[in-house]
Amino acid sequence: MKSKVVIKLGDDISTDAIYPGRYMATVLPTETPMYAFMDYKEFNSKLVNKQVPANSVIVANNNFGCGSSREQAASTLKGWELIIVARNFARIFLQNSCNLGLRTIICPDIEANENDELEITDTEIVNLTIGKKFAIEPLPKARQAIIDAGGLIAYTRKKLMEKNAA
Amino acid sequence: MGMTIVEKILARATGQTSVKVGDVVEPAVDLAMSHENGALVINQFLEVYKGTGLEPNVWDPSKIAIIFDHRVPAESAKTATNQKKIREFVAAQGIKKFHDIRSDEGGICHQILPENGYVRPGYVVVGTDSHTTSHGALGAFSFGIGATEMASVWALGNVLNVEVPGTIKVVINGDLSPFVSPKDIILHLIGKLSAQGANFKVIEFHGTAIRKMSTSGRLTLCNMSVEAGATSGIVPGDEETLRYLREEAHVKENIETILPDKDAVYEQVVEIDAPTLSPMIACPHTVDNVKSVDKVLGIKVNQIVIGSCTNGRLDDLEIAANILRGKKVAKDTRMLIFPASWKIYKEAMGLGYLLDFVNAGAIVMNPGCGCCLGVHQGALGDNEVSLSTTNRNFKGRQGNANSDVYLCSPAVAATSAITGVISDPTKGVN
Repeated sequence: MKSKVVIKLGDDISTDAIYPGRYMATVLPTETPMYAFMDYKEFNSKLVNKQVPANSVIVANNNFGCGSSREQAASTLKGWELIIVARNFARIFLQNSCNLGLRTIICPDIEANENDELEITDTEIVNLTIGKKFAIEPLPKARQAIIDAGGLIAYTRKKLMEKNAA
Repeated sequence: MGMTIVEKILARATGQTSVKVGDVVEPAVDLAMSHENGALVINQFLEVYKGTGLEPNVWDPSKIAIIFDHRVPAESAKTATNQKKIREFVAAQGIKKFHDIRSDEGGICHQILPENGYVRPGYVVVGTDSHTTSHGALGAFSFGIGATEMASVWALGNVLNVEVPGTIKVVINGDLSPFVSPKDIILHLIGKLSAQGANFKVIEFHGTAIRKMSTSGRLTLCNMSVEAGATSGIVPGDEETLRYLREEAHVKENIETILPDKDAVYEQVVEIDAPTLSPMIACPHTVDNVKSVDKVLGIKVNQIVIGSCTNGRLDDLEIAANILRGKKVAKDTRMLIFPASWKIYKEAMGLGYLLDFVNAGAIVMNPGCGCCLGVHQGALGDNEVSLSTTNRNFKGRQGNANSDVYLCSPAVAATSAITGVISDPTKGVN
């Protein structure tokens, strides 16, 4: 799959940056996307004006999603069908993303800038613009199981039915 | 091979004799806490049951706690409607550990849980709030989860697919100097580990400074452990834990503490010499941008905030009241006080601290999260500076991306309120 980098971010991008606390009373996944990166006015307006196609990539350094447990930070990005590539992620954000089906890719050595074209496979990211390859670190197996089940709602539903049948 | 506390707790919660780092487990939950984001949990919970033909009933209403604190009283119709929806759900499901916007039961979730004896040593506690790490102060394994994960817990009573985390042992020995507090210890530690230094790990606190520390101070340490990325902070239960639970939380039942094995395996050991610490400050815009206060003296402060789940307890208010008594908050500086619960508010009222604050020109707000997360009750203007005893200073955290937030202890905040600039409490106020 080929994707374009829509924005390049640094270290410690917090959930306050992704989805500011003042919008937390909004909870529906159908409503949260409009507030994504609200304090990054240019990026937010690109998203809201539908100038960012599905499967576009946010590239970040370390500790993406640090801070709050707010699930809106994952649902707001899922709403635009973005892919997040980071050197590593904060725990709760990574878990929320797997639970909701937001695609998060751990790529410890990623080098990419805005507008670079990436080819993403299961095991590596090829930056076609600079002609370099970067290995993908597999998600922890506990999280992969939830993704494979189609998200945590479906996974829980299956467990619940099994429990009730027993 | 010996086990850390978290390994022991997870072994017990999964009915096994032992677990080790990296094992995937599904521990039974002893307490599941939410606040206003319970509205989203309810949506996701109902979604789980769709098409199953099963009645959507929570697994055990006695193990669910819901506390309104993030937006109290409601700042918008949307929040009020979320709160109304939660009240109806709580009534229908028979959830008794519900704390509404009332002065006889309310406060911040991370204060209400310990205060009411809802958390015990050895418990597995989950909360839809990242600062759920706080409850490790009572020897529990306590961590933040998202709303969908909480919906799953409400349905099943277990957290699914938890990887047993590794543990960082932090040993803090010696006595703290006057005007140096647990807040300064945790800021120092976060500066040392970095904002991601404890990602996916647990921080276990040891040492003579911890043994001497009140539960209030331990709550401050565990509360901010998440700012180094930790899944949880945890203090081994001891006499102080039992004293707090018996005397302050009025727990009558048997209490069993869980201690780490002597030969437990740690991924890292960090030692801190308490007497060498000075008042610390986290500078904009990351919590690990920590400096000694004396490196940033004199920065003009527009708003001072004392309170929150980090530093809104009685001993915090006492420190601030002792500094502010008979003095005035500087002109052009405004000061807001948010006690962590109404119980603390009333105790502080009885001891005269609230009057000290009001006489000094500070505003005593109702207990709750207040301006910490930038929703209401104290927004900042463009290019303004907030000096705050809360736990986060990310860009825009207190509601304005064009403002600066510094984090500090109650002593630094109260001293700086008088001078109007960042000041060192160990130097006194003229």
